[in-house]
Amino acid sequence: MTLHAITVLGHDRPGIIAETTEALAGLGLNIEDSTMTLLRGHFAMMLICSGEATGAAVSEALRPLTGDGSLDVSVREVPVEEAKATEGTSWVLTVHGGDRPGIVSTITGVVASAGGNITDLTTRLAGDLYLLIAEVDLPRDGDVAAIRSTVAAAADGLGVRVTWHEAEADEL
Amino acid sequence: MTEAQPAAPDGINERVRAWVEFELGVTGRILEVVTAPADVLGTDGAEVDATDPEIVQLAADLIATMRVSPGCVGLAAQQVGVAARVFCVDVSEHPKTRDHHGTFALCNAEVVDSSRNEKAREGCMSVPDFTGDVKRPSRLVVRGQLPGTGETVVLRANAFEARALQHEIDHTRGFLFLDRVAGAHAIHPRKTYL
Repeated sequence: MTLHAITVLGHDRPGIIAETTEALAGLGLNIEDSTMTLLRGHFAMMLICSGEATGAAVSEALRPLTGDGSLDVSVREVPVEEAKATEGTSWVLTVHGGDRPGIVSTITGVVASAGGNITDLTTRLAGDLYLLIAEVDLPRDGDVAAIRSTVAAAADGLGVRVTWHEAEADEL
Repeated sequence: MTEAQPAAPDGINERVRAWVEFELGVTGRILEVVTAPADVLGTDGAEVDATDPEIVQLAADLIATMRVSPGCVGLAAQQVGVAARVFCVDVSEHPKTRDHHGTFALCNAEVVDSSRNEKAREGCMSVPDFTGDVKRPSRLVVRGQLPGTGETVVLRANAFEARALQHEIDHTRGFLFLDRVAGAHAIHPRKTYL
């Protein structure tokens, strides 16, 4: 069994998912985790698929998608990764303010320096409003208040606002 | 000795329900609504004197501006460029509303009790390009002062009115719904249809 990391990216139109997944199904591949979204009008798919097909066979099956030049496809074999259990606390970090270079790099740099692990992150730009929302695991032995104040200081330096709230999971 | 605070009546607070903007005695002006990333939207509002003529005028202006804005169920001072703890709401026409108090404005409002979290998608005139999924209590007790008379009122709100009140109180403290979204996939570009 092989795991393939597949990306499809390009001009949005109806049918991209249907055509991609039909080709993958034809090879007997199972789509495991995936994310598919519109990024500023470009459709972007990232998929981890498992099956017996070789990377070359997957690339060949997806070649028709690239025919008119509007979509880029990449296929790469990847190792199986065990999902790591987090022992720390999970947070949602929101940053918003006027658009300027360096917001993502500065904020994520500070979070990384504090041992925070970003597990999901979305950015959006609309007019002059820049928005970053990240899900962050902070280490159990970390000083959450200190990390938050370091990030707040970095945000102040950028002229953007930062808010943290603990990610809630209601166990039922 | 602290002043005794009125208790929240069960159900609708009839004083708030009966309140109408004509009590303010001034004509509201239609103001421009500011959008993020304007600094004022992230600024904690100053506590106000609810009997101050400027605050009375501001409350009238907020209601007038809310009235002419399609779909608008509430407006806070920050949204018209003033960092003050004043807002108005009127959810009476909204389909998600259960109980409601009609049109009213509050000064220095605070949540004194809340329960029953529910998640829903919110939008905001000051964040016109996005909506976001926000979990908020659906039952609420809010205390504030009515502009004009300055009388302190305590009211129970539920469902959509509770959500609107928290959204507006957040504005008066310098928070947007963006600060409350549930996660990295909880923000959505607002759909535009040609």
